[in-house]
Amino acid sequence: MLKAFLILIAAQLVGTGLQRAGHLPLPGPVLALLLAARPAWRSRGLDPVASGLLRHMGLLFVPAGVGLIDHLDLLRSQTLPLLAGLVGSTLLTLVVTALVMEWHGKLGVRIPGGRHVRPPAR
Amino acid sequence: MFAPLPADLAACPLLWPGVTLAAYAIGTDIQARLHGTAAANPVLIAILLVGALLKATGTPYAAYFAGAQPIHLLLGPATVALAVPLVASLPLLRRSLVGVALALAAGAIISAASGLLLVRALGGSSSLALSMAPKAVTTPIAMALAQDLGGLPSVAASLAIAGGILVAVASRPILTLCRVRDWRAHGLAAGTAGSGIGAAHAIRLHETAGAFAGLAVGLNGLVTAVLVGPIARLCGF
Repeated sequence: MLKAFLILIAAQLVGTGLQRAGHLPLPGPVLALLLAARPAWRSRGLDPVASGLLRHMGLLFVPAGVGLIDHLDLLRSQTLPLLAGLVGSTLLTLVVTALVMEWHGKLGVRIPGGRHVRPPAR
Repeated sequence: MFAPLPADLAACPLLWPGVTLAAYAIGTDIQARLHGTAAANPVLIAILLVGALLKATGTPYAAYFAGAQPIHLLLGPATVALAVPLVASLPLLRRSLVGVALALAAGAIISAASGLLLVRALGGSSSLALSMAPKAVTTPIAMALAQDLGGLPSVAASLAIAGGILVAVASRPILTLCRVRDWRAHGLAAGTAGSGIGAAHAIRLHETAGAFAGLAVGLNGLVTAVLVGPIARLCGF
């Protein structure tokens, strides 16, 4: 578990180093995520630490999220464009992305031997 | 309505991590009591609780944020950890590459263009529009892109987080309404529209959804970084 945590931190530092060295537009942890996504990593015993961190990932966004309170004045002065712009644009993006992916899975290139991974009915 | 914290309490380094943890625990508890209702998002509840406490005690956000660093710092390793569900879904991803590419490109373009055009159409300032354009990507990228475009980085960060919360609250009901049945589509859309907070939501739904959401956070950051400038120019900014 200790080692798994160390691997995650080391990967992030490598990602950050690459970002600095190459002046890349992606932050270090995101670069590390893309670089680390290879099957060889399965055997490193990351699963318990990773699943613990990911299960409570929402918690980790709270400190940055509270920063919203510094922009309440903007919300007052430009209420409509801010709220409608954010809600409209975000939901449009959500729906378009999901529908393109869903349609492609259904009618696009056939997934050889693939199957739809469906959410359970609720 | 204004009661400053006792100085010795405010100086305790465990105060703000503890408050943050407690607020989030209350959030998860409320959500569990409401049978997992998406609207009772624990991130949203925690932000409201902590925000109200800061207002009530007159604590500046900067002081809170400095104190809550131990929690904030874990975001990096958690982002790297998204590689674990992604690896588990690699075979599925290899078979969906074209769909992922098309859906991501569509999402990135729609997000930037609709953000810019909606804000302008509704009479918002140009700096608000340019801060809205990169709001779907992960917070640090959104800040950097807003800066480049001539928007306000701190506003872009807040919009990115608010958009993520919206996705966490609304994606399951809305996508169910749109008859989206594929976990890959749920995850990819949550990560593309809501970045990290969207991914944090998707990972709790299903492993495949979480994997595609994590992938979408990384790739959408890349795609938006490349496209947002040209899109802003095309939209007349």
